[in-house]
Amino acid sequence: MSEDKKFFTRMGDGSVVYMTEEEIREDIKDGVADAASRGKIPPLSEAEMERIYEIVTMPGNVVGVEHGNEIVSTNDSGSDKVGAKCGVPVERTTQALIHERVLGCDSVDIGFRDYNYKTAKGVVEHEAFAVRGALNITAMPIFYGAMTNLGFYTKPDGPVDNWAELLPQGKIAEALAAQEEAVEHAVKDVVYVAEQMHKVGADAMNLDTSGAAGDADFLAALKATEIITQRFPGLAVEIGMAGEFVLGMHGKLTYDGVRLAGLYPHKQVKLVEKAGASIFGAVVNTNCNMTFPWNIARVCTFIKATVEAADIPVHANVGMGVCGIPMCEILPSDVVSRADKCMVEICKIDGF
Amino acid sequence: MGDPLGTEATHAIAAGMGGIRTAGDLVLRMQLTHKMKINEAKKYVAERLGVSVIELADVVRMTEVREDLGIGIQEPFNGANVGMEAKFRISEVLGQKINSVERFKERAGLNK
Repeated sequence: MSEDKKFFTRMGDGSVVYMTEEEIREDIKDGVADAASRGKIPPLSEAEMERIYEIVTMPGNVVGVEHGNEIVSTNDSGSDKVGAKCGVPVERTTQALIHERVLGCDSVDIGFRDYNYKTAKGVVEHEAFAVRGALNITAMPIFYGAMTNLGFYTKPDGPVDNWAELLPQGKIAEALAAQEEAVEHAVKDVVYVAEQMHKVGADAMNLDTSGAAGDADFLAALKATEIITQRFPGLAVEIGMAGEFVLGMHGKLTYDGVRLAGLYPHKQVKLVEKAGASIFGAVVNTNCNMTFPWNIARVCTFIKATVEAADIPVHANVGMGVCGIPMCEILPSDVVSRADKCMVEICKIDGF
Repeated sequence: MGDPLGTEATHAIAAGMGGIRTAGDLVLRMQLTHKMKINEAKKYVAERLGVSVIELADVVRMTEVREDLGIGIQEPFNGANVGMEAKFRISEVLGQKINSVERFKERAGLNK
């Protein structure tokens, strides 16, 4: 009896796995069902699941979209991958040029290596000068990017009590108050940095990894966006998320009457729109213990629902550990390109 | 995050417009300033440049178009516009104000 044909694919941690047609189809179905159940969103159709199967098993290392279906990209690397990650000694404005004239990027963000607004605030004059330098020598849009990162506002490094310490002590009211206070500090810092970037003519701000510290973190990004888009005309904002689900570290915070805790991407995007952002960076987490077919089917279910709900462009975050991309540092183009093709063809995303 | 070849370069090859290799930078500008979805943004830019939407992502055609319009190309030989020079032209071609161009004009006294 001959063995069933097996197809090359990967696990969520990037390791290689060979799967039969039946196993791949089963994982696709399970991934779709998981997203539909968690997000309370419609599952993908049979035809869409079939298309994912075709893309997963498509011959060739790198696959691509059809002519005319190409999309654009934004970034959360602080234009510093070449320097900080690859160890090539080039400063950030030169790296911005590398992104434009070597890597084929549609934009890049300049960001501080310690990628958060609280730290950037202290060196913002230097940061603005770097942005100005990049703006003078590049033609593509230049962002300034960092994380809201509310955790940085806790003692001993920050001004407020640490809610992660207060909660286990049963000091619930104090923990909630500390998060609310941290939101105000963070909003002030993000807006201050945005003001400096507006002065030098940046095209946009990237409020990256929003919600990393929970619902208060997401609230800070929304509030800051509202102020930036009203106060600095022409300075666009992209809000990129930390995860698929807003953690309820506070639990009671709302924006525009909507409780933030527990929101999935298709609901997050409506608040991002309301705050005035131009682009929503949607995230779906990669599960390292599951296969690429399971992960990408789950991703497509969430992202399709998000794009359908959105009135602004949605850029799926397709970096390490999110939106079907494996959780490993050196990324394999085989599954990265398949994730791209799935999201363009099935989810109709506006960008990466 | 992830390495530049595995992310940025792979996205550009598999599904990206490729920035100034084609018109990706211009399409993104329309998303930023007018919150246009991808198809609307591509249609707007194609009309402004006088090309089809398919041509908009063709590196050979768009290099010619960009060179003629002085809006920046990937290999800027023969005196092709770069950086701010190109952005002055992009602003005109798209009919859009660009923050850094406006700041440059203010600082250089070009608004007088």
